[in-house]
Amino acid sequence: MKFDAKSYRITEDGRVGQVALIIGIIGLVLTATGYFVDKAQFYHSYLTAFFFWLSIALGGLFFTMLHHLVGAKWSVVLRRLAENIMICIPLLAIFLIPVLFGIGELFHWSHPEVVAQDHLLQLKAPYLNVAFFIIRAVFYFVIWVLLARYLLRLSLAQDGGHTESISKRMRVASAPSMILFALTITFASFDWLMSLDAHWYSTIFGVYVFSGSLLAMLAFLMRIVLYLDGVGTLRGIITREHWHDLGKLIFAFIVFWGYMAFSQYFLIWYGNIPEETVWFLHRWEHDWQYISLLIVFGHFVIPFFVLFPYSTKRSRPVMLVMTIWILAMHWVDLYWIILPNLHREAVKFSWIDFAPMLGIGGIFIRFFWSRVRVTPLVPVGDPGLEESKRLVSH
Amino acid sequence: MNNAIVKKTQAVLAEFDSPTALLKTAETLRDAGYKKFDCHSPFAIHGMDRAMGLKRSPLGWMVGLAAVVGTSSALALQWWTSTIDYPLVISGKPFFSFQAYVPVTFALGVLLSAATALIGMLALNGLPRFHHPVFYSDRFSRASDDGFFVSVESDDKMFNVEQTRTLLQQCGGKNIEILEGE
Repeated sequence: MKFDAKSYRITEDGRVGQVALIIGIIGLVLTATGYFVDKAQFYHSYLTAFFFWLSIALGGLFFTMLHHLVGAKWSVVLRRLAENIMICIPLLAIFLIPVLFGIGELFHWSHPEVVAQDHLLQLKAPYLNVAFFIIRAVFYFVIWVLLARYLLRLSLAQDGGHTESISKRMRVASAPSMILFALTITFASFDWLMSLDAHWYSTIFGVYVFSGSLLAMLAFLMRIVLYLDGVGTLRGIITREHWHDLGKLIFAFIVFWGYMAFSQYFLIWYGNIPEETVWFLHRWEHDWQYISLLIVFGHFVIPFFVLFPYSTKRSRPVMLVMTIWILAMHWVDLYWIILPNLHREAVKFSWIDFAPMLGIGGIFIRFFWSRVRVTPLVPVGDPGLEESKRLVSH
Repeated sequence: MNNAIVKKTQAVLAEFDSPTALLKTAETLRDAGYKKFDCHSPFAIHGMDRAMGLKRSPLGWMVGLAAVVGTSSALALQWWTSTIDYPLVISGKPFFSFQAYVPVTFALGVLLSAATALIGMLALNGLPRFHHPVFYSDRFSRASDDGFFVSVESDDKMFNVEQTRTLLQQCGGKNIEILEGE
């Protein structure tokens, strides 16, 4: 790969885009095959993969807004990568469509005959009905797409030449957008994940999903950074000091996720109300307990101790393994949330679970990479760029 | 000797123009083998730890140990009180309900870690300390305003008033003071 350090552009890339596109197309063909093999399995697997990639893109949006909001300096060199992740949101809006077609297979509250015999669902019907569900889904995406496009447009305008007003507009937009983001991701996770088990509710669920999402995005970002470093791009621009800070942020979000996961479990365990405990009960019988334990150890305990020391966060091989591990665990976490809705009686992995991961993932990375190719890899107009390059992490 | 009080050389203090000069002087002193010297600046200077030859602080390990002690003693306390010493059925749950122990375990772990971090930091820095030879200097108060100072203490193995003074001069030190105290 050739990199021009003056314009911060990749002038000649390897085959990332092509390989991703081929994997994506193969994955999508397999996914489509899966639809004809087993419809219910297809929709559940598809929702898992869709939310997995969406959560990474949303993490990019959050990272960018947070960067503007707090006036961060260390992460200036990472900002463009995060922006290119967030601009994948419009792509994922297209991938939402199959989920909307799958409402009948996914959500039992969408069947009038079920609701007719279920008092609780009747009470929830003003919120949980197909029309309002679709309106909300479109609404969330409109907000996310508008925010992502607005922030990226300002950022690209800044590349042409910095003015104080651009920085200010990004900062001013980020503050209220943060509130909008918190609300939309909360309700999106209520709609698409929590309402799979429509009787069950957990008010912390949105934060739980958000914490896992941002963790996955940080791991994805770190993986991209390591890749770019490995092929000799951005040397001396994104340095080991940035890896270290990113590693610390990943560590922090491992702890935050663990805190949220336990808080959700703990209150439900303590309260011991059947309506609430049933959700965890489904995940503690018929072999689902092994997946639960895998999440406890794989999503929290192991990464916590691995990323605890100073040296591991600065180590290339360790971070290569850990970023992939964390992304895998994020998928397991979503699988654990979604799939008991279908396979309550046993854990049944299917090839259809993996096809949409490759399909959406391949297209996602292809799209992300095409954005990386056409923009400078760092926000060249940002006045904090030089300072960010000289970061020293302790 | 006329004076009853014997004055002893305690430190050499030199003033520098810029943070860069301070950084270079620290490197020179480090390479010359000095250990007991300090740099004073109105703000933190990146890379100073390395320039002064400071090793990574052992504080992290101390805090880690405190966390292990805190969490394990909290777990042990709760296990012992609720299963052996005074078993009590609470909302129909088993005597050993680790879920219920987590908040206290977490809190005690954090408490001991935070206290160790604070006390350990103070101890490793030799604080609280009520006096230091640099306070004999009148110019030194500028270290909190616009002055950059290096002080070399006399109990350093390499210390020699004349040699140290010359070295600091060569580095561009100005207003070099030999600080004497009782």
